[in-house]
Amino acid sequence: MDLIWEGLRKALELLLTLDPEVLRITLLSLKVSGIATLLSVVLGLGLAVSVALNDFPGKRLVIALLNTGMGLPPVVVGLFVTVLLWRNGPLGFLGILYTPLAIILAQAVIATPIIAGLGLAALQHLPPGLRLQILTLGATRPQMVWLLLKEARLPLLAAVMAGFGGVISEVGASIMVGGNLKGSTRVLTTATVMETSRGNFEVAFALSFILLVLAFSVNALLTHLQQRSRPR
Amino acid sequence: MTRETLLWARNLQVHRGGAQVLEVAALDLRSGEVLALMGPNGAGKSTLMLTLAGLLPPTAGELHFRDTRLQSRADRDAFRRRMTMVFQDPLLFDTTVAQNIASGLTLHGVPAAERTPRVEEWARRLGLGGLLDRSAKHLSGGEAQRTALARAFVLRPDILFLDEPFSSLDAQARESLIDDLGRLLAETGVTAVLSTHDQGEAARLAHRLAIMQEGRIVQMGGLREVMNHPEDPFVAAFVGMETLLKGQVVTCREGLVSLRLRKGPVDHEVLALGEAQPGQTVLVGVRPEHVALSLQTDNTSSVRNAFPGAVTKVIPRGPFFKIELDCGFFLAAYVTAQSLSELGLQPGRSVVASFKATSVHLIRKEGLDSEL
Repeated sequence: MDLIWEGLRKALELLLTLDPEVLRITLLSLKVSGIATLLSVVLGLGLAVSVALNDFPGKRLVIALLNTGMGLPPVVVGLFVTVLLWRNGPLGFLGILYTPLAIILAQAVIATPIIAGLGLAALQHLPPGLRLQILTLGATRPQMVWLLLKEARLPLLAAVMAGFGGVISEVGASIMVGGNLKGSTRVLTTATVMETSRGNFEVAFALSFILLVLAFSVNALLTHLQQRSRPR
Repeated sequence: MTRETLLWARNLQVHRGGAQVLEVAALDLRSGEVLALMGPNGAGKSTLMLTLAGLLPPTAGELHFRDTRLQSRADRDAFRRRMTMVFQDPLLFDTTVAQNIASGLTLHGVPAAERTPRVEEWARRLGLGGLLDRSAKHLSGGEAQRTALARAFVLRPDILFLDEPFSSLDAQARESLIDDLGRLLAETGVTAVLSTHDQGEAARLAHRLAIMQEGRIVQMGGLREVMNHPEDPFVAAFVGMETLLKGQVVTCREGLVSLRLRKGPVDHEVLALGEAQPGQTVLVGVRPEHVALSLQTDNTSSVRNAFPGAVTKVIPRGPFFKIELDCGFFLAAYVTAQSLSELGLQPGRSVVASFKATSVHLIRKEGLDSEL
């Protein structure tokens, strides 16, 4: 029990003194997961729109694959991305293994199917006649897609939150493709794992606490956006 | 009166899943008319409407709008901006009533300064004046469909497609909306295509009818022509439930309207229940089962309408016969086999047709023109 109190005290201390190392780790986490989520929104929503609006053979298979992809284990993603980026691997020439870019890539692979799968469900939940209705009001195809996304905005923001929540909290891929290098690829989750294994529980607690506050703040912001867009 | 043909189709065919679901040899939509597509569910009304609206490319056949053959996607896209459609489901956007009504104008690139007065005008004309800032999610079914109609009318479309627009409304909302739509169609003179499975709706709104069955048009013609002279038993079962008569109101006293039918050399006066203004042209309906035939006029009866005429046609209809009469105007009556033989009914036979004023009901007062 003492351990927990000590941890909370240490966490507050690290926060209040704005420890430079903790600050750097926190900002890197936010940056890496934020960019990965943005990438996934573009790719995932693009995928969701093209699957929702087109009929093609194998559509059900694609949807099943997307839904499976929503549960991709981060360590599996980490393994594949590591192999791809390995010096002798197909993308080895990029030389980005053990850099933040590699973590962004791995996290985008994790979040894209989450946003695509939930986004597709959101679009398929719209009334089936809505597309034709929008077209008969004179919309071009891009205008129609925009209006459909706008109509589904509440569940779509929930999809973005799920994607961000998935990547800010994962550790397996980050540690495998990033390597937890101090000052370059150490993020909140990988630092927590390291401090715990070293027995520095109070630092680990402090990092976990910051992680929770970060996840909460970003989701609170998105929730605010989501609820504000509701008409009275 | 000859009018410009706005939209015409030849040999339209639509296939779905290897089966042919639509085959229409010819259809012409004339400027200013309201054409009703009628038929049971699955008859192809919606498929035909979506094809005519350019939303469903036909497997074969031609579709022309004004001087353009709608062939490429670009042609259909251009046509889409000249028409609009209201569906059974209002399909409103999750925003205010005002923004919903304005949505088509915004998509058409109409500047905001011009949008506002047009939106307000159409909200008023559809009785939505006080609801402009209301969220569309909080509207009743009738209000939602009125918003959808305002969103369509405000675009001033060349053609307005109405796909079963009243089917999901309760009886009361439906009645008042049909009245208002009839008035607005007459006021704007917009060309419209209405699909419905309800002959009452069609009789109150349309100038012409196309009766559909299994993806084909089985009969197409003027409202009274199709209603009064169904060509086959299917059409008869679907629409031939009353004789439609057009006349001019002479007087209206205590809910009793006296109309003058102007057909042939003599004027005929018919008494009907309802409210109308003297001088107004109205359409009334008489069900054939309410028309009695006799060999001479009975002066002691309470029947207010009695017309001498001649039998023109005897059509067997299962347990009874449909008798078509020429009384100077067209009239249909149902009689049993017994009456048929007792009165000796056959073409050329002179009879007196009578029906009570309470059997004649006023169908519409708006949107009547010479074509009807």
